[in-house]
Amino acid sequence: MSSETVVRPSDATAPDGSRSGRSGRLRGLLRWETGLLVLLVLVVVFGASTSSDFLTRSTLFYLGINIGYVAIMALPMTLVIMTGEIDLSVASMLGLSGSTVGLLWHHGWSMWPAMGVALLVGLVGGALNGLLVAKVGLPSIAVTIGSLALFRGIAEIMLGSLVVPGLGDRQFPAGLTSIGVSPVVGTPLAWGFVVFLVLALVCGVLLHMTPLGRSLVAMGLQPEAAQFAGIRVALIKFWLYVATGVLSAFAGIIYTLQVSSVSYNAGTGLELNVVAIVLFGGVSIFGGRGTLPGVVLAVLILGSLQMALTQRQVDPNVQNVVTGVLLLLSVVVPSGGEALRRLRARSRHPRKNRPSTAQPTSSPA
Amino acid sequence: MGSESGAPLLEVREVTKSFGAVAAVQGVSFELYGGEAHALLGENGAGKSTIVKMLAGVHRPDSGDVVVEGAPQTFAGPADARDAGISIIYQEPSLFPDLSVAENIFVGRLPLLAGRRLDRAGMVRRSTEIFARLGVALDPTRPARGLSVADQQLVEIAKALSLNAKVLVMDEPTAALTNVEVDRLFEVIATLRRGGAAVLFISHRLEEVFASCQRVTIMRDGRLVRTATIDEVTVEDIIRSMVGRDLEQLFPKTETTPREVVLDVQGLSSEGVFVDVDLQVRAGEIVALAGLVGAGRTEVARAVFGIDRRTAGTVRLLGKELPNGRPRKAMAAGMALVPEDRRQQGLVMDMPIDQNVALASLNELSRVGLILRSRETRLATEWARRLQLKFGRMRGPVSTLSGGNQQKVVLGKWLARAPRLLIIDEPTRGIDVGTKAEVHRILDELVAGGMAVLMISSELPEVLGMADRVLVLCEGRVTGDFTRAEADEDSIMRAAAGLSATGAA
Repeated sequence: MSSETVVRPSDATAPDGSRSGRSGRLRGLLRWETGLLVLLVLVVVFGASTSSDFLTRSTLFYLGINIGYVAIMALPMTLVIMTGEIDLSVASMLGLSGSTVGLLWHHGWSMWPAMGVALLVGLVGGALNGLLVAKVGLPSIAVTIGSLALFRGIAEIMLGSLVVPGLGDRQFPAGLTSIGVSPVVGTPLAWGFVVFLVLALVCGVLLHMTPLGRSLVAMGLQPEAAQFAGIRVALIKFWLYVATGVLSAFAGIIYTLQVSSVSYNAGTGLELNVVAIVLFGGVSIFGGRGTLPGVVLAVLILGSLQMALTQRQVDPNVQNVVTGVLLLLSVVVPSGGEALRRLRARSRHPRKNRPSTAQPTSSPA
Repeated sequence: MGSESGAPLLEVREVTKSFGAVAAVQGVSFELYGGEAHALLGENGAGKSTIVKMLAGVHRPDSGDVVVEGAPQTFAGPADARDAGISIIYQEPSLFPDLSVAENIFVGRLPLLAGRRLDRAGMVRRSTEIFARLGVALDPTRPARGLSVADQQLVEIAKALSLNAKVLVMDEPTAALTNVEVDRLFEVIATLRRGGAAVLFISHRLEEVFASCQRVTIMRDGRLVRTATIDEVTVEDIIRSMVGRDLEQLFPKTETTPREVVLDVQGLSSEGVFVDVDLQVRAGEIVALAGLVGAGRTEVARAVFGIDRRTAGTVRLLGKELPNGRPRKAMAAGMALVPEDRRQQGLVMDMPIDQNVALASLNELSRVGLILRSRETRLATEWARRLQLKFGRMRGPVSTLSGGNQQKVVLGKWLARAPRLLIIDEPTRGIDVGTKAEVHRILDELVAGGMAVLMISSELPEVLGMADRVLVLCEGRVTGDFTRAEADEDSIMRAAAGLSATGAA
C-alpha cells in the first residue's frame, strides 16, 4: 500500500545497479553485524575498566532484568519491520496487560487466570491492529499510533490512580515475583532474559530458515511480487500483529512480576526503545533487510552500556543521552557513508555554472 | 537526412565504460545530426542503456568523450547533461501526480511574478505554445495524475523543449503505448526533427525503427557493429547484426493436437472491468488473449489466478472448481501466472536469483519446515541450465540480469512447479530479439509436452505466430474467437475495436 511513495534504499544507493555495487552493499550488511560485535566488546571492556563489579554474575542478572522485557518486544517488532510495517502500540499493550493483571488481582482473582486473561487481551489488541493494517489496508504507523493511545487509555480507565497491590490488596505470589530477584536455577540469567534468548532462537530460525521467513523478506522488499508468488501477504501480516500483541502482553506480565506491582503507566514511551533496538540491529525501516543476530547484538550492547553507566553512577538522564546518540549514530553512519561518497564525487568533478536552471525564466524558443 | 548539415549536434567518441569486471561499453562511436531520428539498436545487455546513462550524465565514461556541438563534455550529474541540451525521455516518465501538467513542465524553475507569486498564467501560456508546436492537444491546467503513459511522455518532451533541448533520447518510449499513441509519437518526432533537433530512438520493435528513423546504430556485447542509413539495411540485416547469427525461425510453432480441457472459465465477471467471459484452454494448445491495452485482458488473468476477486462466474482447473481470490489454491491445483510487470510483480528485484526461482516452491524445498539451501540452489541451477540463463552469480541479486534473462527467471520460478496451465502476460515485452525467440521456443516445447498455455499479448505477430486459438477482448467482453487458420491481422483488429462479431462464441 505504501509501495509507490516509499523510496527504498535500494533505489537511492548504487545508481549504476552494477554487480560490484550490489555485492558491496551485501558486504556492508555483513560489516554491520561485525561492527556491532566489535562495539559489544568495546562496551564490555569499557564496563570492566570502570568498575570491578562489571564482570560479575549480578551484572548479567540485572542486565536481563533491565532489558529482558524490552528485548522480548523487539523480536516480533523485528518481524513486523521486516515486512515494511511497524507496531508502535507494543509499550501500551505492555501497560494494558499489566493493568489487566492488576485489576483482576485487585478483584480477588488468582494470578494464573489473571495472566491468562492478560494474554488474551494481547491477542485481541493485536488482532485489532492486524485487522486494520492487513485487511482494511490502513497505514500501520497511523493505526498503531491510534492503538497506542487506545490501549493506554483503557489501562488508565481500568486502574486510574490505583497501584496494585495497594493497601488492602494481597501481595503478588512470592513464587512468581521471585523472577525479579533470583535468576534461573543453575545460571546467572534473569527469567525474562532467558525467555528472550529462547524466543530469539525461535524467531531467528523462523526468519532465516523457513518458508515463512523468506516470505516476510519478499513482502518487505516487494509486496506485489510476493502476492503474485502465492504468498498470503495480508494473512501473514495479520498473524504477525497478533503475535506482537500476545508477546507484548507477555512482556507486560514479566515486567509486572519483576517489579511486583503495577500501575497503568508502566512502560510508557518504551515503544521507541523497542524500534530503536531493531533499527540499531541493522534492520531496514523500509523492510526486507536485516538479521535477527543483529538485533540480539543490539540488545546486548544497549543492555551492557546501561549497566556500565549505572555502575559508574552516571545520571539516568545522561544515560538516555548516551543511548540516544548511539542510536542516532546507527542511523547516520550507514547513510553518512553514502553522503560522504557523494560529497567526494562532487569535489572530484566540480560543477560548472548552471545559469539556466537557476533562473526562473527560460522562455521556450 | 537532407538536413544533416555539416557538424554533428552530438558525438559519442570512443566511449568505454566498465562496471567491475564487466565491460558494458567498449570503444563505441557514433554521431547524431540535427534533423535526424537515429535508432540505437541491440539486444538487452548490448550496452544501449549504458550509453543512454552516459548521455544523461548518470554515468561517466571511463575513457572517450561525449561531444556536444564540438565541445567535449564532462557531466557531473544529470543537471549538466540537461544544461548541455540533452534530454532523456524514459519509458515510464515520473511526473508529480498532484502538480498540473504546466507545473510539471516547469518544475524546478517555476516562473515567478513580483512578490514571489507563481506565474501560473505564463506557465500555461508557454505550455500551450509548446503543445501547439508539437501538434498535440493536452490541457496544461489538468493535474498529471491519471495521464496515460503516452501523455506523460508528451509532457516530458514538452519539458525538454522548454529547456531548449537539442538532443532528445527516447529510451523504449513505445513499449507501453497503443498503436494510435505510437503513431502520434512518430508525428511528434517528425515535428522535432523539422525543428532541427536530433532524436536518439531506442526500441525493440524494428517496424517502428523503419517507420520513424533515418539512420541506425547497432550494438552487440558492448561494441559497435555498424551505423547505416535505414535504406541500406533490411530487418534481417539488423537482426543478424544484433544477434550475431541468423534466427532460424521467428515463431517456432509445432503443430499439436489439443487434448483434454485444462482450464474452463464460465461467465467470469468483475464489476466494471469485464463481463461474462467464457474461455477454455486445452492441454497442448496456446490460446492467445488479444485486444487493445485496457481491454481487460490482464484483469481476466488476475481473476482467473485469484489475485483479484471475481464478482461472478466459475473457474475450473482439470474439472476442479477453484475458490475465489486464492492464488495459493490455484497454484496447488496446477496453475501458474507469469505477470505482465516483471520488476514489480514477477520478481523480487533485490533478492538473489536462486531465491527468486525458489519463491513459489518454498514448501516443496523444505524438510521439517526448514528451507534446504542446497536443494534451493540445485533447483535454480537446474532451471538456469534448461532455460539457458546468462548470469554472473546464482546468489547475486536478480536485478543484475538483463530483461530477457529476468523473464527467464520468472519462467523458471513457475515451471519449477510443473504447472498444467501456464498463464503468461506479455511474454516478451521489453525483451531483445534473440531472447524473444528463445521464449517462444520454450513456450512451444511446453505445449508440445502437454502444457496448456494462456498467452496475453499486444504484439499481433506474436499472437498470429504462436497461438492455436485467439480470443479477442474489447472493453471487457469477448468479441472474437478464432482458430489459428481463421485468425489474421484484420479480423483480430476488427474484433479488438469491437467492429464485428464474426466467430464470436
